[in-house]
Amino acid sequence: MSSRAAEPQLEPGLAARPGSILDVRDLSVEYLLESGVVLAVDQVSFSVKESEFVAIVGESGCGKSTLLFAIAQLLSPPAEITSGSVVFRGRNMVDLTDSALAAIRWKDLSVVMQSAMNALNPVKSIGAQFKDAMRAHGTTSMEEIEARSAEVLRMVGIDPVHLKSYPHQLSGGMRQRSMIAMALLFTPELVIMDEPTSALDVVAQRSLMVQIKELQERLGFAVIFVTHDMSLVSHFSDNLMVMYAGQVAELGPTQRVFGSPAHPYTVGLMDAFPSIRGPRRSLKGIPGHPPDLARPPFGCRFAPRCPKVMARCTAEPPALYQVDGIEVRCFLFDPNAPAGPAGEGSTP
Amino acid sequence: MTELSASPGPPPDAEPDASQDSRGSSSKDTGAQLLRTDGLTKHFKIGNALSQRTLHAVDDVSLSVGRREIVALAGESGSGKSTIARLLAKVFKPTSGEIYFEGKPIASDRSRADQLRYSGLAPMVFQDPFASINPVFRVSHGVMRGLKLHRPELSKQEQHDEAIRVFDVVGLTPATDVLQRYPHELSGGQRQRVGFAQALAMRPKLIIADEPVSMLDVSIRVGLLNLMVKLRDEEDVSILYITHDLASARYVADRLVIMYAAMLAESGPMEEVLTRPKHPYTQLLLSAAPDPRAPLNVSAETDKGEPPKVIDPTPGCRFRWRCPLAIEICHTVTPRMETLGPGHEVACHVAQSGAEVKAF
Repeated sequence: MSSRAAEPQLEPGLAARPGSILDVRDLSVEYLLESGVVLAVDQVSFSVKESEFVAIVGESGCGKSTLLFAIAQLLSPPAEITSGSVVFRGRNMVDLTDSALAAIRWKDLSVVMQSAMNALNPVKSIGAQFKDAMRAHGTTSMEEIEARSAEVLRMVGIDPVHLKSYPHQLSGGMRQRSMIAMALLFTPELVIMDEPTSALDVVAQRSLMVQIKELQERLGFAVIFVTHDMSLVSHFSDNLMVMYAGQVAELGPTQRVFGSPAHPYTVGLMDAFPSIRGPRRSLKGIPGHPPDLARPPFGCRFAPRCPKVMARCTAEPPALYQVDGIEVRCFLFDPNAPAGPAGEGSTP
Repeated sequence: MTELSASPGPPPDAEPDASQDSRGSSSKDTGAQLLRTDGLTKHFKIGNALSQRTLHAVDDVSLSVGRREIVALAGESGSGKSTIARLLAKVFKPTSGEIYFEGKPIASDRSRADQLRYSGLAPMVFQDPFASINPVFRVSHGVMRGLKLHRPELSKQEQHDEAIRVFDVVGLTPATDVLQRYPHELSGGQRQRVGFAQALAMRPKLIIADEPVSMLDVSIRVGLLNLMVKLRDEEDVSILYITHDLASARYVADRLVIMYAAMLAESGPMEEVLTRPKHPYTQLLLSAAPDPRAPLNVSAETDKGEPPKVIDPTPGCRFRWRCPLAIEICHTVTPRMETLGPGHEVACHVAQSGAEVKAF
């Protein structure tokens, strides 16, 4: 759409670092609907290094799940990748044929879906589904399949007797664990997780997060973890990407982003969830609601909800600026800004 | 069954909480009870003719909600909190036990007028704002229907004015404009406000809110939580806030009730329970709540967090399988709620024996 042409090309920051196994560059995804074009992912760039935990947070409809599906090449019409590349271990996934993708999927890159109840086949036992996945990738020895299936289940803390169980016989937490076990059948280099804990209770959620982190450290795979709950990933992720309305709003090391959030949206998010500790204080949340991506606001997409909006914000779209090791899409951090970071602070 | 008689309604928030700051100090006059349940129990029969089994959804629950009070009912999914909401809304009939509203048992409501009166005084707000509003009507439809049914004494013009008033109160402005919209034109947060406006139009005394913010985005949630506080402070409405999120419960509620496996585990004034949790399950919940402002607590990582299914339970504490402190009596005797502090009740043998409970 219009904002894309205006966007200046950035010098690589956190994107395209040495040693990265996944490089997403200027990736855009559009939904071609009868009513018009919805730009769900707008020129997103980032990279994932070996054994790194990258978290992507954002509100519903910000494009985070679409981005995941685009990375895994799982989009189906009307969604379409309109520009950019996804380079995984040196190969651009966007250009690969289905058969070439099939060889990579699950072996080198696996996906854990949001709802295990829907992702698992209800009429097949867990073991049969593991067997299917292994056979599809050329493992034919039954002994090998059984041994590996039992091994991965044990890894996630489930008794291998449950290989004979059907999904409905397992609790929500166990289903999610067996999904993760299935994703680890081939020790992939990258596991993509789409809100794997959102259907779980806090206790099960924390236990699963700790386990994912442990497995990740032990087996050395990288994780892209999508969630709407920023507080969940604070202790687990290395890098954090905050998405707003299809764009990267802020990207940087997790501790840095939590410690000193730069983008007004990130600041607002940090201030939107109450705490169970410390003094009780009144919170404001963020006024308004996310924009309709079929008609995104001109200029900065967060401007209509932003407490620090300036005249410039509604006149031109901000670029992603590099500030002290993070990237942030806000004019407050424009190094060439005429009035300096304090801005003029005028409200329209 | 009548354990409540020992403590007829703990005065919630006996000491006005200093940390309550600007969000209203409503807790003074909440002594008078609005709603009270006494040994409320709901069992469901499951299985076929050959294997009759009983699922205990709610077992012997005695809780109360005072006037102008927000009570948070928290617990994991499957613990029975939504069943309690449905019992209070008279969707289900209790297997045993009684619900008293303003001192009167609601089971004694026989006439349609009495039943209507109760459902107007204690309406529900649902979890899913996308499924709970009829998509083919303008949002004014639901509010006007409620007004016609529950406040027929108002003239057309008065009903219209009232609809505008409640939309203003819940922050849907300009009200005349929003009333004319269809649900799909509103965001999730706005729709949930419509839910509260519909409830408010009936001049309720108690709103039963079943996970009203859990489907909303984090940035929208706080606005709804603030609305609940405003309804309590300005519209004198009590709210039973059903949630699994202790942080949001703390933000709005005066009192906290924790459920585990169909039974109450602990209840008391919010800060009292949070700072001095006495039930091991409450402690587990508190330690598991994600909090970026505190260091990660992994002491309970061995707990796999599997909630029990309560089918034909045997006597004994239902938390004993997950409890590191379980003693012999926990396996044979079901603990009852006992008062162990100012308005603070706990159902735990270890805590009741006077020992210090530090499970998680």
